[in-house]
Amino acid sequence: MALLNTHELSKSFGSVVAADRITVSIEEKEVIGVIGANGAGKTTFVNMVTGYLKPTSGRIFFQGQDITPLSPREITHLGICRSFQVPQVFMSLSAFDNLMIALGVVQKGVIPLLRPLRRKELIDAAGSILDRYGIAEYRDRETGLLPQGVRKLLDIAMAMVHNPKLVLLDEPTSGVSVSEKYGIMDVVMNALKDLGITVMFIEHDMDIVERYSRRILAFYDGSIVADGTPDKVLENEKVREFVIGEEIHRKGRKKAGAKNA
Amino acid sequence: MRGIFSKTEIGLLLALVVFLLSQFALPDWAIFIGTISLARGLVVLGLMILWRTGLISFGQALFFGTGGYTVGLLRINTGLSDIILLTVLAILSSGLLAYLLGLLISRYREIFFAMLCLAFSMMLYGLLVNNEKLGGTDGFNVFGLTIFGIPVQGETLQSVNFVWICVLACVLGIGVNRYLSSTMGNLSAAIRDNEIRVEYLGVSVKRTINVKFVIAGALAGAGGAVTTMAVGHVDPDAMVYWLVSGEFVFVTILAGTGNVAAPFLGSILFELLRTYAFQYLPLVWQLTMGGVLLITILFLPNGLWSLVQRTATKE
Amino acid sequence: MPAFFSTIIAIVIDGLVFASWIFIVAVGLSLIFGVMRILNVAHGSLYAFGAYVAASMVGWYFNADLPALGSLAVLLASAFIVGIPMGFLMERGLLRFMYGRDEVIMVLVTYATFLMLEDAIMLIWGTDAYFAFEPYAMLGNTEIENLVFSNYDLFLIGLAVGVAVLLWWGLNRTRIGKLLQAVIHDRELAQAFGINVTRVFTLTFILGAILGALGGAFTAPQISVTPGIGVEVIILAFAVVAIGGMGSIPGALVGAILVGVFRAAAVHLFPQVEIFIIYAVMAFVLTFCPQGLFGQVVARRI
Repeated sequence: MALLNTHELSKSFGSVVAADRITVSIEEKEVIGVIGANGAGKTTFVNMVTGYLKPTSGRIFFQGQDITPLSPREITHLGICRSFQVPQVFMSLSAFDNLMIALGVVQKGVIPLLRPLRRKELIDAAGSILDRYGIAEYRDRETGLLPQGVRKLLDIAMAMVHNPKLVLLDEPTSGVSVSEKYGIMDVVMNALKDLGITVMFIEHDMDIVERYSRRILAFYDGSIVADGTPDKVLENEKVREFVIGEEIHRKGRKKAGAKNA
Repeated sequence: MRGIFSKTEIGLLLALVVFLLSQFALPDWAIFIGTISLARGLVVLGLMILWRTGLISFGQALFFGTGGYTVGLLRINTGLSDIILLTVLAILSSGLLAYLLGLLISRYREIFFAMLCLAFSMMLYGLLVNNEKLGGTDGFNVFGLTIFGIPVQGETLQSVNFVWICVLACVLGIGVNRYLSSTMGNLSAAIRDNEIRVEYLGVSVKRTINVKFVIAGALAGAGGAVTTMAVGHVDPDAMVYWLVSGEFVFVTILAGTGNVAAPFLGSILFELLRTYAFQYLPLVWQLTMGGVLLITILFLPNGLWSLVQRTATKE
Repeated sequence: MPAFFSTIIAIVIDGLVFASWIFIVAVGLSLIFGVMRILNVAHGSLYAFGAYVAASMVGWYFNADLPALGSLAVLLASAFIVGIPMGFLMERGLLRFMYGRDEVIMVLVTYATFLMLEDAIMLIWGTDAYFAFEPYAMLGNTEIENLVFSNYDLFLIGLAVGVAVLLWWGLNRTRIGKLLQAVIHDRELAQAFGINVTRVFTLTFILGAILGALGGAFTAPQISVTPGIGVEVIILAFAVVAIGGMGSIPGALVGAILVGVFRAAAVHLFPQVEIFIIYAVMAFVLTFCPQGLFGQVVARRI
């Protein structure tokens, strides 16, 4: 049984078709890169899978269960988490407090929420998460004042607090400097490596996509135009024309056997 | 003792002792002002919880009035007269109303939330003012109260009311303090900052706001109940009109949201200011109040408590 | 004519009279919120000042034995005498320093201003009631079947229509009006296009102030002008603006008519809910259209 599969998933905003009958199947432990130009439907897809947007038609199944009508919080508890293009964090709180809250709400229900927040187990857990993502030095500063890269990592760290089976990362390296990009992906992938989680990440940088993914989904105009290994997909004519652009040479393509980490 | 109660809570307990002892030294009018201030402070305590969540209600007089009228109506129409029992019933009625209203209101934010609260409070005002049986704008008197079976009136009644509100303020203050240190209490700031994130963390923002709205409503009901019993009278203009809601918001901003003690301190200061302004500057007392509010907003955006925080050492 | 019909006519006309009155007051409030995102509680003070100044001026006017019809011009003049300087002072002297602050904080600032102006009124005019009934009386009455209506009240309907038409024309047919609409729609974008938003703010506020004072000035002949009229009117104006949608002129019109007619219906049929019904309509509308009937809708966030 596939971990996640969508069936003819579609979304229209008036006359604009953001998603056109997307049918895709994702197995456990896959690491999937999602590429496509802006407006191709990648974030819309993530928004629908996580319940933020309701599709105009089509279904989404997670571990065999139809999750189409569910809300983001129900889907979070089922085991799908996501990070955001623009990091959605609590700007007036410190990085540490952000994680404390994320940790505090892992259990469902009202009664667990009435327990004091600042208890040892959560404090320790928050500390170790900050270490794992390499942002411990920022722990007490107001998140609104932190660099974008740190906020991105925090956003991803918060998504991981629920120990999801599937995590969707929406442009994890966007908005940060070139030198930071690989650093972030390394940290994130290392953090996820031993957990056996299925990862889908949206990315514009083809080098990163090539390096970290074992399968690529290429979106164009609301549909998936290519789905396969990086070699196959990046050679695909449609992908080259619509997603990558013929003129752009991809760096590192010439390195033989350059596979993902 | 230190391990069970936080610094703030110890402060509240000490304040309780001080207040209870002080009633032997204070003149009657001071005890009365104290009762009224602390009762209104309860309303502000509720508003503080909402304000921390990024919400402001321009209609808490709805619950304040519900608490007061519950006491009044029960006193007149049933045999119930025990101060504690009446307060508890007032808390239940205003809490229930807050729950029902919250189901609708928790969908809204910012100015729309505030306006909808205002609308409902004015609906109650309209119903009460045009209702001759309840006395219309004149309202009606509330008397014949008892405590533990003993009838109380006059000075004794004021003393009993004072003791009751001091205990209530202390207990509820500690309760709210515990609530604010819980995960749900901390969700206030999270919801204020980023609701989408909160939902994605698996928490229902709507349900959390509901809980806060009920707490605020119940607290306001308690305040209204004690106020009515201390004043001995209930009427729509004093308990439900939009100006009353406005005063509660005024005190919330004046006091600041830094600590559960702030609403009570702010409320006491407000009542003292109002009493003295009215007495010594009768022609410009509203000018004074308005000026104080403006100055607070301009120069002390986090309220008077931020002054306390600055002078005390950080925990 | 059967009683049923005359009740309907009474409700409709009373409703429209009330609607006209509250429309003139509310439209200024709505405009200011639409352009500047400020819910101006002190609008009630402008109304009250308009009424007091009008009452005083009408008093002097008739003492000077001038032609009766000119008193209407006096009322109009009062609106400008109050609106222009007070609007200017409030905007330049106070609100200017608070721009960018939270909307709720702005409400509290205007509320504080309102409190202060309430005392200002009592310092200037005292607590006695003022009367300016002459303009009201001089226009006489009209009889429809067995119902008597004051011509002054009917004149107010005309005034409201005139104000609505003038505002519509101003917003849609003049350059400055189009600039105002741009700022209402998207302030940042308007600024990016080079619109002098600061000047637009000042002009809008003064216009709103004049309208508020206009409402007060033309109300003066109908009532006894006392402290506290500002308090009653502002809450009503809020209801109308909330129902219609903040920043919308047609919204203010529809909101005013709804409030007016429902209230009139209550007064004639079910007096115990006279006040209740207004806010019940407000709650009802806000429940289904939190932005009001003609309000703007907000876009997607992530």
